[in-house]
Amino acid sequence: MNFPTLLFYTFALLVVAGAVGTIANIRNTVAAAMSLVLTMVSLAGIYVLLGAHMIAVFQIMVYGGAIVVLFLFAVMLHGDEHEELPPGRMRLVKAASVLVAICVMAGLVRALVGFPELPAAPVGFGRARQVGIALYSDYVLLVEMVSQVLLAAIVGALVLAKRKID
Amino acid sequence: MVVAVFVKTAFILFVVIGVLAPIITWVERKQSALMQNRIGANRASVAGMTFIGLLHPAADVIKLLVKEDVVPAGANRVLHLLAPVMAAVPAIIAFAVIPFGGSYHFGETTIELVVANLDWGLLYIFAIGSLAAYGPILAGWASNSGWSFLGSLRASAQMLSYEVTLGFSVVGVFMVFQTLRLTDMAIAQDTTFRAFAFVEGLFGLTLPASLGWISALRLPNWGIFLQPLAFVLFLTAIMAENKRPPFDTPEGESEIVAGYHTEYSGMRFGLFYMSEFIGVVVIAGLITTIFFGGWSVPYLSQEMIIAGVGHFFGVGFATGFCMLVHFVSFMLKLAAMIWLQMALRWTLPRFRYDQVMNLCWKILLPLSLANILVTGAVILALEGAA
Repeated sequence: MNFPTLLFYTFALLVVAGAVGTIANIRNTVAAAMSLVLTMVSLAGIYVLLGAHMIAVFQIMVYGGAIVVLFLFAVMLHGDEHEELPPGRMRLVKAASVLVAICVMAGLVRALVGFPELPAAPVGFGRARQVGIALYSDYVLLVEMVSQVLLAAIVGALVLAKRKID
Repeated sequence: MVVAVFVKTAFILFVVIGVLAPIITWVERKQSALMQNRIGANRASVAGMTFIGLLHPAADVIKLLVKEDVVPAGANRVLHLLAPVMAAVPAIIAFAVIPFGGSYHFGETTIELVVANLDWGLLYIFAIGSLAAYGPILAGWASNSGWSFLGSLRASAQMLSYEVTLGFSVVGVFMVFQTLRLTDMAIAQDTTFRAFAFVEGLFGLTLPASLGWISALRLPNWGIFLQPLAFVLFLTAIMAENKRPPFDTPEGESEIVAGYHTEYSGMRFGLFYMSEFIGVVVIAGLITTIFFGGWSVPYLSQEMIIAGVGHFFGVGFATGFCMLVHFVSFMLKLAAMIWLQMALRWTLPRFRYDQVMNLCWKILLPLSLANILVTGAVILALEGAA
């Protein structure tokens, strides 16, 4: 087994371990969030192995860093007491989650079995320059649209927060 | 290849943790003593000799190592033990992408004085920096103490806010040097530029021949001359990220005892302490590389040094000599930047928490966005003029 393969399996193991930890730490929200960080950062490691360096960096910056930190911030301000759903509803939610998980798994297996061998990515694929050029030429309309959605979300959050203060 | 990476990693770890970090704790004491007209740091002694206080770092380490490691009652044991590690690791691994020299050709072999020459070096620093917030957050949460908790709330809000400004403040630098790779950034600064060319290109002004020396004046192609505002913004934001005074509200001892590390003792407290000092070195290295030409010597490019010395002693010796000169140049700039941070730390009083937040969102963030806009406009105008 060569070194990249070894790294891949290490990261894959960590991704799964983090995911299991996220679910298993149901009583300790902070521990669950830290398991999620492990998953996110290990996933970034796999992206690096795939040559998608920019995605790896943003995976760590946005998901591993900012979002989970915000999440922890919210947990700290509100405390992590959680409300139990009534037993009937709880059973329904559990059944629905199992169903969704099976569907996703089946879809993934179906997509991956007999998946054709893809050609190697071109040189420089996924590097900062290529991603930047693609974002601001072919996809510039989408970038602008997403930025408008984000702006609307920021303004909306401010309006909601301000109404509470007043 | 692999051996070279291990040698360079070991060298960096030795220089940063083994040499610079202890010396900085000594410099911090001595400099504060000088600035406050005290004698300072002269108690630790071996056989009556104090060695101008240089024994204090050793005394610190011995004290921290033999102290009892207390985990408070009601604390989350695993997270409490994990937090100092989460604080120290990002600070240490950030140095992997900072070049402490250029690349040198000895016949067939090339020596690059950087551990990981990444295409996205500066983004790597930001990614690692965004993980650094977990140390203080977890420490405060896991300690089961009100003071720690308040400290970690402040730390998470402050670090998250300044990360935004930190990222935006260097976009102008990316635009000028057209690269994210820190080694390329240092190489781009190994030249000079004619300062007056900006005025000529933007306003079409030319000076009379009697003032020719002004128009011929050349400056090193350093980030601080091309992006002066970005330097101020970057220095402020990254010092706030490192949570040292004047931005030490997460551990403000006049309000919340010691903030997020109130409930830590022994070497686990030492790890928090050490991560801040290593942070100082990393910041100094980054500022040196982005704004002060990295390893370059002003007005003497690598080719000039190798050609000049090689004329007398042969190219091989000249390349080795150049490598040494560049490393010394980098270390001198690094020391100057560490000194700058220490001087700021002992000059400015701590900001109030709301002042820290206002400074970030109302002053630094708009300025950093304006800097991007102006930089873009100037680059477009100069391209149009050329």
